[in-house]
This record gives sequence, structure tokens and C-alpha cells, in this order.
Amino acid sequence: MSPSELSLLPKLFWVVVSVVGAIAYGLVIGGIIRKVMARIQGRIGPPVYQPYLDLFKVIFQRTATWHGYMFYLGPVFRAAGAIGLFLLIPVVFGDPRFDNFSFNGDLLMVMYFMFFGCLGMALGAAEGGHPHSVVAITRGLSQMTAYELPFSLAVVAIAAQTGSFSVHQIVAAQQGGVGHWFLFTNPLAAVAAFLAFLGMNMYSPFDIVLAPQEIPIGPPTEYNSAFMSAMMSGRAIFGVAKCVLYMDLFLGGATTILAAIVKVFFIYFWSIFVGAVFPRFRTEQAVRFFLGWPTAAGVAAVLAVMLF
Amino acid sequence: MDDKIVKPEPPLGGPPQGSRPHAPVGDGCFLGEEMKPQAPSYKEALARIKNWFRANSLWVMAYGTGCGAIELRPLATARFDMERLGIAMRPTPRQSNVLIVSGYLAVKSLKRVIRSYEQMPSPKWIVALGSCTINGGMYWDSYNTINRLDLYLPVDVYINGCMPRPEALVAGFQELMRRIKKGEADGWRHYMENLDWYKENQKKIITDWDLPEYNW
Ligand code: SF4
Repeated sequence: MSPSELSLLPKLFWVVVSVVGAIAYGLVIGGIIRKVMARIQGRIGPPVYQPYLDLFKVIFQRTATWHGYMFYLGPVFRAAGAIGLFLLIPVVFGDPRFDNFSFNGDLLMVMYFMFFGCLGMALGAAEGGHPHSVVAITRGLSQMTAYELPFSLAVVAIAAQTGSFSVHQIVAAQQGGVGHWFLFTNPLAAVAAFLAFLGMNMYSPFDIVLAPQEIPIGPPTEYNSAFMSAMMSGRAIFGVAKCVLYMDLFLGGATTILAAIVKVFFIYFWSIFVGAVFPRFRTEQAVRFFLGWPTAAGVAAVLAVMLF
Repeated sequence: MDDKIVKPEPPLGGPPQGSRPHAPVGDGCFLGEEMKPQAPSYKEALARIKNWFRANSLWVMAYGTGCGAIELRPLATARFDMERLGIAMRPTPRQSNVLIVSGYLAVKSLKRVIRSYEQMPSPKWIVALGSCTINGGMYWDSYNTINRLDLYLPVDVYINGCMPRPEALVAGFQELMRRIKKGEADGWRHYMENLDWYKENQKKIITDWDLPEYNW
């Protein structure tokens, strides 16, 4: 199915709608996460719309500091990486409005964009000159390199099984019922990818990058006002985009908006619930974890696809 | 006793009201239009909306000075749960709006507090916790603590007690939120407009002054 079923202007309109929708949904998920975590800890918790309050509050702040161009480009890169990632993944299968710009071989591009945002952020945050930022970036990049391995193996296994690097065809291959989902037809790849997802989302067992308690909040330490808001919305859309990608790869995509919303929610909360019960890994423990069972599962998945 | 550190005489009238604005800082970057009294009505409405957002999302700088800092921790627990009011701890001044001076301030830490306060983006507020920030409390005759915080930094809300219980802190926060919503909590504006006066006081007590005139 070609992405150019709509002419340019309606396409642009729907792109804007889906990006804004993804940001809004990501912020709501952020609020639900805070509420759920509060309830788990026996607290009342903030209102679900708290991330919106924070976002607008941050936009209304003013400062006059100067850290160099790269510092200010950091959040821009991050947001651009997140939006680019989102725009490459079809959200609703077979609906030209929410098909976004998927094309043959876009899966490789998607994996590149996942790196791109983090790298831009790392460059920008390092320019801020705060030692805590640098410490957090080192941790973040090592963790990213580690979880990227099982994730890539899982993607390779899925692509080999489908015979295509196009997200669109991967979704098409899973149509026709729950039994066709790669979650069930290729469980080894699913194990590898969903364990890598824990690291990707940077919630509890792997939240040493942001380290909310001891090194302030990682790379964003020096960011404020509008840059902070760009990062908050970038994080919101990045979270949704990752879940949409997982939905397309393993849960058979979605044929309606509602299905997409529900599936994204459950994929997101997989990492939240794991995070609620597991304490934090140190960086080297995290690296060792990702290079252990998840990678083994990934290798097994690739071998299984090649042998059978 | 160190005779080198001289305590200033507390001026009876408090900070000067409506003195001349500080020329180099006031160029629009901090003194936003929204809180001025004669603003047109749409600006007033906008200011009210902005203040509502600000009041419901207070990010507190995680910095403790005196013994009162110990009362901040229970606020995060299930019993008091400040997050339900939208209050969160931020470990960096660049992202905080509220600085809680939680008790007595040694002259040495006053310097750090000034530095952190000035690095926070406006609008920002100071909550002074405990008697020590009001009149020196039980450290009133100590050789190296300050007695009145509002000589050196603008205080928006005082919370009295030695030490105030977390309930008092929550009440103080609610008072701060009420004042922000009404546009009354503008200590940061006062600091900007009377920077000379505050700097003079700060330099009087910090004898080894090595800070820049303003810490951006
Ligand atoms: S007011 Fe009391 S509790 Fe607070 S800092 Fe002073 S002595 Fe400590």
C-alpha cells in the first residue's frame, strides 16, 4: 500500500493531527503513570492532567542564560528524533490518514531515529557543562548500547521471518487474528524485544540514567523554560512512538484508533509495572543484564528463524 | 567568636518600598508585564491563567539548610503526599520555582542560597521555614548565622515554629498557592527592583564576597 493515497495537503493535516494527538496522549500516559505509582505507594497522587500543568508552567518561565548553540539544539534534536520516529511508523494499519510516511526498508530508518534523539541530547547536555549531565550521559549511552543489541536481534529475526524490512509489510504479515501476532509466532524475539523495552523506557530497573534521586535528573540538569517543555513533549511523543513500533512489530498493529490507544497503553505499562516492583540496577549490572538473557533470546530467535 | 563578621543593624522599616528600579537587570527579561496593576483586562486574564498554572505546579528546590529540612521529607510520603498538590522536588535550581529556606542560615550557606536563588528562572518564590528565618530563633545570638532572612532575600511565605510540623508546611504551601493565584506573591519582582538594597545587605554580612553581581 503506497503512503501517497492522500494528496499533500490533507496528508500534512493528518500528520499534524497525529503528532499533536501523540503528544497529548503521551502526556496523559505520564499523568496516569504518576497516579498509578502513587496508588502503589499508598498515596493519593497528582491529578491525571498534572503533566499538562507542568508543561504550561514551564513554558511561562523566563531566564536569560546562555550555554552555546549546541546546548539549545539538544532538546530540538531530541524532539525532532522523536517526531521523525513517530512519522515513520504506521499508527493505524490500512488507514491512509494515520499511515504516516512508511516506506520499504523504513525499519532501518526507525532504528536510526531511535539513536538520533539520544545522541543529539547527549551532545547538547554535554555543552551545558554540568558534571552531573556528563555522568548521566555516560550512563545513558552505555545502557543504550547494551539494550540495542537484543532489540536489533529481535528486529532482524522479525524481518527475516517476514522477508522484509518494511514495518508496513510486517504488520500485514500479522493480520488475520491474534494467533498471527509475532508475539506468539516468534516468542523468542518478543522476549528479547520486550526486555530491551524496559531499558529503552528508562523506568525503574533501568532508571539510573535519569537517577531522579542522586544525580539530579541526568542530562536535563541544566535545561529550563521552553527547552524543558520541548524535552517534556519530546519525551511524551517518544514514549508513544516506541510503543507504536512495538505494537506494529509484535501485536499485529492496529486497525482502529481505539485499538492503537489500548495496545500502546498496555505496552507502556509493561515497563511501569515491572518498574514498580523491581529496584534499580547499576549501570554495569544493567549492561550485564542486557547482554545476558535478552541477547541470548535474540540470538536464539534469529537462529530459529534461519533454521526452521 | 569571630569579630570580623559584622551583623548589620536590622533596619526598622524593612526593605524600601518603590525605590528606583535596578537599571541593567530590568530590561524586560525578568519584569514581565503580567503582574502590573494597570494592565488591560485581556492581559489580566492571561496573567490569571498563567498564575493558575504556576500555582498548581510548584517545583521545589531540594536544598536544606537548617534542622527544618528534616520536615520536608515526610511531605513526600504517603501520609502527607505533597505530589497530590502538584508539588515536586527538583534537584536543580534551573527547574525549580520554590526555594525553601528550611531553618537557620549560616553566613557560609547564605552565599550558596543566594547563588541558587538567582539561578532559578522567574517567577520564583521563597518559603521561609521556622523561627530561625524570622528572628534568628534559638540561634539569635550565634556568631555565624543570620537572624532575618528578608534582609537578604525576598520571602513570600513564612512558616512559623521550631520546628514546624509537615501539616504547617502543607498549610504554608497552600497559602503560597493562594497568593500566587491572586498575583500577590511577587517577592522576585521586589528583589529585582531593589537589587541594590539587597546586594548591599548581602555584602555587609558576607565579608569574603566573591560572587558575581548576579548569578545567571
Ligand atoms: S527554627 Fe528550630 S527547627 Fe528550625 S532551624 Fe531553627 S532551631 Fe532548627
